[in-house]
Amino acid sequence: MNRFSWYEAKSVEDALKNANTTLSEELYSPSNEAAFFKSGGIDVLDFLKEGLISPKTIVNVRDIPGMDKIEHEHNEGMTIGANVTLAEIEHHPDVAINFPALQMAVAHAATPQLRNMSTIAGNLAQRTRCWYFRSVDHQCFRKNGDRCFARHSETGQNEGHAIINNGSCVSVHASSIATALLALKASVVIQGGDMKKKVVSIEDFFVSPMQDISRENILGKKDLITEIKVPAPSANTKSFYIKQVARESYDWSLADVAVVAEMKGNTCVDITIALGAAAPTPIRSYEAEKILKGEQLNDMSITKAAEKAMEVARPLSKNGYKIPLFKSIIVRALSELI
Amino acid sequence: MKNDKDKSSKNAGKGNLSRRGFLRGAGLTTAGTVMLNSSVLAFESQPATGKAFGPDAVTIEMKVNGELKSLIVEPRTTLATALRDHLGLTGTKVVCDRGACSACTVWLDGRPVNSCMTLALDVGSRPVETIEGLAEGNELHPLQEAFIEHDASQCGYCTPGMIMSAAHLLKTNPNPTLQDVKKATRGNLCRCGTYPHVFKATLAAAKKMK
Repeated sequence: MNRFSWYEAKSVEDALKNANTTLSEELYSPSNEAAFFKSGGIDVLDFLKEGLISPKTIVNVRDIPGMDKIEHEHNEGMTIGANVTLAEIEHHPDVAINFPALQMAVAHAATPQLRNMSTIAGNLAQRTRCWYFRSVDHQCFRKNGDRCFARHSETGQNEGHAIINNGSCVSVHASSIATALLALKASVVIQGGDMKKKVVSIEDFFVSPMQDISRENILGKKDLITEIKVPAPSANTKSFYIKQVARESYDWSLADVAVVAEMKGNTCVDITIALGAAAPTPIRSYEAEKILKGEQLNDMSITKAAEKAMEVARPLSKNGYKIPLFKSIIVRALSELI
Repeated sequence: MKNDKDKSSKNAGKGNLSRRGFLRGAGLTTAGTVMLNSSVLAFESQPATGKAFGPDAVTIEMKVNGELKSLIVEPRTTLATALRDHLGLTGTKVVCDRGACSACTVWLDGRPVNSCMTLALDVGSRPVETIEGLAEGNELHPLQEAFIEHDASQCGYCTPGMIMSAAHLLKTNPNPTLQDVKKATRGNLCRCGTYPHVFKATLAAAKKMK
């Protein structure tokens, strides 16, 4: 790990004044003067320890006052401060009651130790876990290199990679919490260098590699996430989340799904189905949603929706197993709504 | 080769200079020189705008196992390094150094965290508890006794972290089920596979502590 200076920011304005780049920009085109944000610091420290970044200054935003609160208004919904830890969300009673899918996603993220340290903003802003991207020995597209190592049909270790929208970088986004937030139609509040607030839907927060290979989200040089907003669910809303992993204790997602539906008896009035670890960004399956909207939820319609959700899948050489896996967890999650 | 090793360790013993002792000594020397011209980071009144530190070492104060310690660390120093190399608290182990195995688990502000993924400057005024702070004098924590009784440790590298996770569970839940124990220790990897003994020991300690 290189030596760096530490700037202890006291306010959002103070933090924005003292940062000059993002971790992603530094990975794509390294400078000698980089100063970027750190909150919980897990992902930043990971990159530092791997020798992938060598910033001049880390701007610590972890202890900026007022960014660590969860507020819940019955009609408005929930506002989660950027520095709220995953553990705080996991154990908050209003989360479990109003947003079960979010609670389940958070409770299955990382380890208890990491949930005590990681912040919600850091979880959304973390970079992909693609092992080629995380390796100093592999200059891939995401790091301004000239190839994708994972895509290679023989040598590419692409078991965990994308089966949808994988025409460019084939990595998947690392946040499984984002899957739940996408299904819940959450938005991200960002403060820019001009101190203007932007409110961006989770869907627009993530950037596909086809749009811009150098980044996974829209955060620019002087952008700081200040809060996450989760709108109040309409009456009779049910939600569920399933994360499929390789081992029971803890792991990165192989496939995860969040479903949020407004039900009238067994009829689905409105529904969102979000998939994680399927594509380079968390995605909604609008096609599957269309099949269920206004219809009865039963074995037949649910199976049809799951099949539809995977119609767009184009697996790589070693991740074809994800298709039946997704179908299975989509069916299981939807069955929980009946 | 074996003789060389024996010889060097013997010499180290003779000069009263083990690797650990050297690191500790070196840390103290730096402390003496830097403390003169750098302010104490922690417990300072907060200025309106932020403050820059480093990249050179700065003096910080840290509350470890109930005692206020002063130490000199660079901004890149992790809590694990601060505890082990600066304060000589080598009970905390570093194995994966990436927050994936949790061998380095300590309590920060009463909650289990990975000390390898926490920067020392991030600790601030929040108290740190390590495996060394668990026993009361010569009396082991009931969980430590249970670990011995149930043979819950093999190579021992995961043990301090495993105990800190399980002890936190017992502190917050006096009647844990097997599922609770599994959940509390799910981040702690043991490549010897002592898990069943760890679970038994934790449940036994819970009973004893009632």
